[in-house]
Amino acid sequence: MKVTLFIPCYIDLFYPQVGQCIVRILEELGHGVVCPESPACCGQPAFNTGYWDETRTVAVKVMERLREAEVVVIPSGSCGAMIKVFYPELFAGTPHEALARELAPRCHEFSAFLVNKLGVTDLGARFPHKVTFHDGCHGLRELDNKQPPRALMAKVRDLELVEMSEAETCCGFGGTFAAKFPMISTAMGEVKCASALETGAEYIVSCDSSCLMHLQGLIDRQRKPIKTLHLAEILVQR
Amino acid sequence: MSTAATQFKRDARRLTADLRHRHIIHSALSQYEVTRDEKKALFQDWQGARQLAAGIKWEAVNHLDRYVDQFVRGLEARGTRVHWARTGQQARDIVLGILKSRQARMVVKSKAMTTEEIHLNEAMEGAGYEVVESDLGEFIVQLRGEAPYHIVFPAMHLTRGEIRETFQRKLGGAPSDNPEALTMVARRVLRRKYIEADAGITGANFAIAETGMISITENEGNARLAAALPKTMITLLGLEKVLPRLEDLALFLPMLATVGAAQLISGYNTMYGGPRQPGEADGPEEFHVILLDHQRTAYLADAEQRDALHCIRCGACLNVCPIYRNVGGHTYGTTYSGPIGAVITPNLRNLQDWKHLSYASSLCGACSEACPVQIPLHHHLLRNRRNSTRQKPCWWQRTAFRGYALVANSCRGWGLVTRLGRFGQKFHGLILGSRLDPAYAWTKTRDLPPIAAQTFKEWWRRRGKTRA
Repeated sequence: MKVTLFIPCYIDLFYPQVGQCIVRILEELGHGVVCPESPACCGQPAFNTGYWDETRTVAVKVMERLREAEVVVIPSGSCGAMIKVFYPELFAGTPHEALARELAPRCHEFSAFLVNKLGVTDLGARFPHKVTFHDGCHGLRELDNKQPPRALMAKVRDLELVEMSEAETCCGFGGTFAAKFPMISTAMGEVKCASALETGAEYIVSCDSSCLMHLQGLIDRQRKPIKTLHLAEILVQR
Repeated sequence: MSTAATQFKRDARRLTADLRHRHIIHSALSQYEVTRDEKKALFQDWQGARQLAAGIKWEAVNHLDRYVDQFVRGLEARGTRVHWARTGQQARDIVLGILKSRQARMVVKSKAMTTEEIHLNEAMEGAGYEVVESDLGEFIVQLRGEAPYHIVFPAMHLTRGEIRETFQRKLGGAPSDNPEALTMVARRVLRRKYIEADAGITGANFAIAETGMISITENEGNARLAAALPKTMITLLGLEKVLPRLEDLALFLPMLATVGAAQLISGYNTMYGGPRQPGEADGPEEFHVILLDHQRTAYLADAEQRDALHCIRCGACLNVCPIYRNVGGHTYGTTYSGPIGAVITPNLRNLQDWKHLSYASSLCGACSEACPVQIPLHHHLLRNRRNSTRQKPCWWQRTAFRGYALVANSCRGWGLVTRLGRFGQKFHGLILGSRLDPAYAWTKTRDLPPIAAQTFKEWWRRRGKTRA
């Protein structure tokens, strides 16, 4: 299968290793990977701030680049939900509506792609550590992605998953929300971190690097004894 | 920034830093979640029940003219006086008019958020009436001069000790922190008030079109006393409370109890169909029902957000909202707090003055998932944001997003921004976390990761070249 990889802006800039792990995983499974160089973003920051016209300028470009793709893999529940769920509403009543609706089912969040589309759960990974999983809200509630990451982690040798009580609670990132209401965002992050620390896990794992950027930023500042990793980074460990 | 927005940010800053407050709310609501889930599990098919409830509400709201008319005819047939109020002012005037004509001096109230919405207590007290809230939580916050903290649990932010202290200060005695002892103190005061009151004011949870009755759900029996003992009963309700059929309550009563208070069914569910009828032993001499519009018909005209009128004011969205849990109910500065408040307040009041409530959300969707009538609350927050920028864009934000679109759409632009960021980052340490820092909102409490020495796109390009 020829996979088109859509790399979100923050993975490109801050977490290139996440994209690299995904390329490696997909190629090892025998799939060809292509990656359009632009656009660099799905447009969600503008969309969530209410600037839908400005969002469409980016989103049209995204859709044109992905128009021919057989399947699109997005290593983020948040950007995945933007394209799959919110593009159809964003373009409702415009000439691009049909394209948005047609594109949505061809796009997959990374873990959902492996499990639901390819039927793969065992990638031969080994990770002898105790981890807890953070469900990114968009992946969880817009894309119904509760099971795929857990199915993948269940097959990682020597990995011990301990669920935290606040696994489904928002970490407080929320895109521009984190900067508009930093005090609320920080308090939410603290609740999340405390819940993760309670489990005694060494790592918070997630399918969303944006949530992890917020949590790791807080962890570093407060010197908490826990680290964050994208699921893809675990799936390449041997 | 509007005054309301400034107040919201100030109070949010204070309360998110108040770890004691955060702990009280978190532990109370976490306990609620556990019990609620036990009750939810008793439904054969909870998701099916939600769908059914949403369908019934859709039917009612989309044929509101017909059902409200049927409801009113039923009420009037048994001698109830029905009043229509387009605005809060009209509703207040109607209540004051009734109280005056009945020569009332004292009013006892059962819990009604609609009366909070139109600030009825202030109006009645301003006109010289004594007003007593009879719901225990409302009674406590009234003694403290506070607004309800939560749609369903008005005093949930208070500890037993604080309640005892309030009773001691205002009622002159409270023996201990024991909840039963505290309840008995309130009960002794309230029992006398029911008997002395000239009028009882209630809200309504549901209005049944088929039978022309209002349905009130409560756990303390206080609404029954407020309705039965005074000579005049006044019920204020929003137009959207109507349900088509009596049998709809078979779904809505347990559903409201489950998500509202984590109960199987509430202590008292009572239907009121009119004043005392000939031959009946008790009930009020006069029964007045005031139907309040207060922007609800404007909401009805908005096909995109009309389903916000499905809300049954159960408070389920507040309970699961991580924003509400961290900033608390009073911070919202308006009657309806939490996600439902953030959705409807900008539309009921003024979009530009209250849009900050729609922005103060990470859009996590826990509210929509919890809503028993399937209102897509967090999607409506996005629509409010869109409407507010359409109506009045912020010039620098729009310019920034236009610039961002240009950069994001061009390989060269993105490459340039990457390099500029990498360069600027070298000096970031000098101003990190200070007011000069352009990323201050982030870096005040969090570290920012460095831009990678080789971004993904740079790696991908180089990889392509070496492979070719």
